[in-house]
Amino acid sequence: MAAEQTSTLTAFYATLKRDLLIAFKRKNDVVNPFMFFVIVVSLFPIGISPESDRLSEIAAGVIWISVLLASMLSMDNLYRADYEDGSLEQLLLSPHPLFFMVLAKNLSHWLVSGLPVVLVSPLLAYMLNLPEEAYTTLFCSLLIGTPIMSLVGSIAVALTVGLGSRGLILAVITLPMSVPVLIFGTLSVQATLNAASPIGLLAIMLAMLAVAVSLAPLASAAALRISVN
Amino acid sequence: MPPVTPESPVDKVADKPMLRASNLFCERDERVLFSGLDLELSEGQILQLQGSNGSGKTTLMRILCGLNDSYEGQISWYGEAIEEQTASFFSSLLYIGHRVGVSKALTPLENLRWSCSLRQQTSEEEILKALAEVGLRGFEESPCYTLSAGQQQRVSLARLLINPARLWILDEPFTTLDKKGVDLLETLLQAHVKAGGAVMVTTHHKLDIPELSILSLG
Repeated sequence: MAAEQTSTLTAFYATLKRDLLIAFKRKNDVVNPFMFFVIVVSLFPIGISPESDRLSEIAAGVIWISVLLASMLSMDNLYRADYEDGSLEQLLLSPHPLFFMVLAKNLSHWLVSGLPVVLVSPLLAYMLNLPEEAYTTLFCSLLIGTPIMSLVGSIAVALTVGLGSRGLILAVITLPMSVPVLIFGTLSVQATLNAASPIGLLAIMLAMLAVAVSLAPLASAAALRISVN
Repeated sequence: MPPVTPESPVDKVADKPMLRASNLFCERDERVLFSGLDLELSEGQILQLQGSNGSGKTTLMRILCGLNDSYEGQISWYGEAIEEQTASFFSSLLYIGHRVGVSKALTPLENLRWSCSLRQQTSEEEILKALAEVGLRGFEESPCYTLSAGQQQRVSLARLLINPARLWILDEPFTTLDKKGVDLLETLLQAHVKAGGAVMVTTHHKLDIPELSILSLG
């Protein structure tokens, strides 16, 4: 019976795999935010103007804001079900550092809700007539920005998961924290359009990602411990 | 040199109770649940918590597990403060609460694969064997939302069979089980206690186990 304890890496992979499996089995939770994103973006040409010059001006901002809103919708899936069925308690009582377990859950959340949005963004950028030279920058800025949003949003979800009626509190906490990402994301696209190099701005976003990866799971872990209290 | 009295380290550990709580105080919504509570749990002992609804049984268990930290007092694990022993404590602890920790979207097999991989290396056969033992043969691949509450409880009980944890803390494990399930769990508890494990359990069900001691709350 003296079985060896699993390594933290094994537990990390197991948690990642489990969350991906759950996402795969509950496709609604995954597809809805994605569809929301696509629909919101496509409402702008209808609402504002189908004129290509106007659209190309607002394209980057529209895509970025829609990504933010869509990520709000998907955030709640992160810990909600686990809290309700007690799996979260099992996670908290595992002998492994909660930091890595939270990181695994965040990574799975990003793979399922962030990555598809990033992948489809060039298509929507084409629809909004974003000038061609800015595609790469938009793609890269979203690729760096969406994991930051998952990590930061995770703190807010962890804080509110124990509340009975959350309503909009999640958005009220998360959206202000996402403003820096939004600023640098849209600025980098703007810089490319002005024929300047976006590298500096993207590097700042990378730095933000590094900080988020190393600190946000700590905050989420602490918040989860408070929430199950 | 004076002869040293032989004292094996095993005896030394056995001297100290596995889990000891002293002078516990807990207050919830300005209502004192318990104060000055002392309890000891040693290897080979099964402790049943009794008390009316709302007397703080679940709260006490969650405090001892480390899920709830709104208390005053000391908790020690083999004589050392529990805050400094979390890794060793968590790997020796198995807690099953009201919410059994079984994801409804997954199958029993997938659920157990995950919860076991958080703890110790487990082969697929071990999991299948445990599932068969708790009476879920044939349900390994059915999503848990198609299972009844009692069957979901059984999925979480299968963890008791796989996991070599020394301390079991079980919150109302009998509620959704049928007669056969109750018998099975009682046998499990007895075997665990005989093998030197310790159990803390809340239930309104009358347990027929000789090593039983009872703590009443409220």
